Amino acid sequence: MESFQAMLHMGGYGGYVWSAYGVGIAVLALVLVLSLTSARKAEAELDVLQQARRARRGKDLGGTDSESQE
Amino acid sequence: MHRFANPARFLRLAKVILPWSNAIAVLCLGSGLYFALFGSPADYQQGESVRIMYVHVPSAWMGMFCYTAMAVFSAMALIWKHPLADLLAKATAPVGAAFTFLCLLTGSLWGKPMWGTWWAWDARLTSMLILLFLYLGYMALVNAFDDPERGHKAAAILALVGAVNVPVIKWSVDWWNTLHQPASVVKMGGPAIDSSMLVPLLLMAVGFKAYWISILILRGRAEIAGQKIRVIRMAQIHAASQGE
Amino acid sequence: MTRKQRRLYFVLLGMLALGGAVALVLTAISDSLVYFYSPTDIVTQRIPEGRRMRIGGLVENDSLVKDGKTVTFKVTDVTNAVPVSYTGVLPDLFREGQGVVVEGRMEKGGHFKASEVLAKHDENYMPKEVADALKKSGQWNDGKTK
Repeated sequence: MESFQAMLHMGGYGGYVWSAYGVGIAVLALVLVLSLTSARKAEAELDVLQQARRARRGKDLGGTDSESQE
Repeated sequence: MHRFANPARFLRLAKVILPWSNAIAVLCLGSGLYFALFGSPADYQQGESVRIMYVHVPSAWMGMFCYTAMAVFSAMALIWKHPLADLLAKATAPVGAAFTFLCLLTGSLWGKPMWGTWWAWDARLTSMLILLFLYLGYMALVNAFDDPERGHKAAAILALVGAVNVPVIKWSVDWWNTLHQPASVVKMGGPAIDSSMLVPLLLMAVGFKAYWISILILRGRAEIAGQKIRVIRMAQIHAASQGE
Repeated sequence: MTRKQRRLYFVLLGMLALGGAVALVLTAISDSLVYFYSPTDIVTQRIPEGRRMRIGGLVENDSLVKDGKTVTFKVTDVTNAVPVSYTGVLPDLFREGQGVVVEGRMEKGGHFKASEVLAKHDENYMPKEVADALKKSGQWNDGKTK
């Protein structure tokens, strides 16, 4: 318990040290979450569009040539 | 060069690299944080406040590294019309901005107890602030056009023009009197930093690099998917206007 | 091929011209990019009294005198020294033999009245035990270029 207190205290610099690490972790986590969600969202949207296109092509061509796109 | 220009090849390569960069980032940052906060000694003059260095210094390196990468990608895009380079430059910008912001903020938190001030308009601090504004300007410019091609081109030129700031940051402490001290790790005659403190510093630096690679892959994937979505949408509009 | 080469040369030339221009500008305004002057600059350049400025150097050993909340000390660059007085809170790193930047005005008699004192630290990082061991073995060079 005492060493835990000492750890928080950081020789009197606790406020500076812990806020530096706190903000550091928060900023990097934020960038990670934003990047992850944007990648997932864009790839999901692309999937839907490509499937719709595939389905439409399949209908137009009587379902024979659904894989020829790209 | 154009071997890597193909988005499909990038996606295949990204799939192989991503688990590795994730693992390296988690391992290095995890052990780095342990050593930075608990497993390393206090400084003989600065006491425990020296622990801020393990975030501050690698962030500063990343701020400059990401800008250099962004400028190189931009040059490749402008000169060779490399189709992926624009996307990678755009994907790097937010990471670089985040690290530069962290560098400035942690520097401020370190400067207050050690120097006695949150901020000083010396050459090193000012040039680092300019770097943050260059990132913000790049991110604003790249999205400011309806036509993404034009946005990429304008932003690439800004990235190249701003690149002159990087060597100014690096050597500002040698060229002018600054409140900021000169370099410790990369200097003639070996690092002026004890090995027990160099370990967490380098672990954090490697961890940040791996983090950048992971984010670059994620954002690159988002950009590539976005570009494909645009192409499909354009084709749909085109087809609709032809009265299908 | 030729268009690519032309673009390459264009970008390279542009960067070169830009770098040159920035280097020229920075050299021209170099004086105002300096954060502080050294005691030698002050002594040799005869700075007018009352102008707000910063002086940087080392706190001279055995020059620190505390009188209540007011401290007086000398800032030195080894060749020259300027006496400084200051009233207020000193930063944690402030000590004799350590780098310092003082902001304030020159007064009559070459005395500098500081309104702000900033500590400047060197680029050496080591645990206390290592510093003590270095001092003991005589390999200590004060961490400063004297």
